[in-house]
Amino acid sequence: MRRITLWLVTTVAVVVLLFSYRTSTMGASAPAAATAAGANAPGIVSGSTSDAAGAPPDDPTDTAPADPSSGTPSAAPTGAPTDAPTAAPRPTATTAAPKAASNLVVNGTVAQTRWGPVQVQVHISGNKITDVKTLQIPNGNNRDYEINSYAVPQLHDEVLQAQSANIDVVSGATVTSDGYIESLQAALDSAHFKG
Amino acid sequence: MTRRAFVEQIMGLPVSVHVRGPQAGFDEAATAVADLFAELRMIDAVFSTYRPDSRISALNRGEPVRDDLVDTVIDLCEQARERTDGYFDAHLPAPAGGTWFDPSGLVKGWAVERAAARLAGYESYVSAGGDMVLRGSWRVGIEDPARPDRMLTVLEVADCAVATSGPAHRGAHIIDPHVGAPASGLRSVTVLGPSLTWADVYATAAVARGPAAMRWLAGLAGYEALLVRDNGDLLATPGWPTRG
Repeated sequence: MRRITLWLVTTVAVVVLLFSYRTSTMGASAPAAATAAGANAPGIVSGSTSDAAGAPPDDPTDTAPADPSSGTPSAAPTGAPTDAPTAAPRPTATTAAPKAASNLVVNGTVAQTRWGPVQVQVHISGNKITDVKTLQIPNGNNRDYEINSYAVPQLHDEVLQAQSANIDVVSGATVTSDGYIESLQAALDSAHFKG
Repeated sequence: MTRRAFVEQIMGLPVSVHVRGPQAGFDEAATAVADLFAELRMIDAVFSTYRPDSRISALNRGEPVRDDLVDTVIDLCEQARERTDGYFDAHLPAPAGGTWFDPSGLVKGWAVERAAARLAGYESYVSAGGDMVLRGSWRVGIEDPARPDRMLTVLEVADCAVATSGPAHRGAHIIDPHVGAPASGLRSVTVLGPSLTWADVYATAAVARGPAAMRWLAGLAGYEALLVRDNGDLLATPGWPTRG
């Protein structure tokens, strides 16, 4: 009889160990994704998914596998209750995805320009670009300042107006050499400049 | 895909050359672009009205000039005057009376078309201050003359020339030769067609002519145009590509 209870207790401990192991990796992956989005990783970043990502910070589960490793059955009851709340946030994270479809925030990939890295964030609402934000623009010397104060804001306006960032070249009434630095063509050239 | 951009200031204009595709990375492409820029500088030295040592300056001083390029341009300017019913005229009234010959309005488009031939076989574009020769398919943004940082429209066009004229960047610099005063009624005219020389001449002539140029432009075979009136209204010839 004592052997049976010992066997029961050890199996429960093993099961708890297994459960707590699984939840600890899930708990660790959620905050990792949130920090990656904060560092402007390219891809979809939705306002609603950032709220969901903040919900499951289940750090206490990390302590659970440490206690059962000692072999004492007393660890089993403390590990079991922490298991339940960590499983709950999972469905809310997945339901956030369809919600984001009507109101998307997308980070572009980092474009290496002559003056340094440029990255934009595009806000899309109902298939329309509603805003374009510059996440990364080069700064430092005077040359960078010129590019930042003219070319980047104008690219911003242009994207809003034309609903497209894929313009290769601009036709307009004669741009003089003086006006060139303020022109969108200068921004397009700088993105591919190799001369 | 490899894409390289080159920019030089020639004829007082920023000249942007973009080469795209697998060949863009080759040294041959960079050499062809360098030759293109050299040709534009050579033409500028011949035709610049700002340089006293240019052939055009010599011609205007009444000196004898024997030059095939000058002869070609004189001939083209005469054709341009005829094709535009006199709205393009390189013979401008001189401050001291009489006329002087200033082919600048034609030379830019002609020079870029001529030099861009060096990039035949390359997916490329050459844009001199917003007037361009395209090889392969490119997305061209047409600038809003009221807000030069915004686009009126975006066209996806291939193997053609695009020229835009208007007073947007230089003040009222296009004179209606029939009245001798700055033209009015149009903010800008963009012409699309096979030759940059003629697209540019037609765009300039249309600005000088005003909104009435619409019917004349619609009758030009192989060329399409987009006009922006002073009130911001857009007018386009029937064949203007509406899908970008």
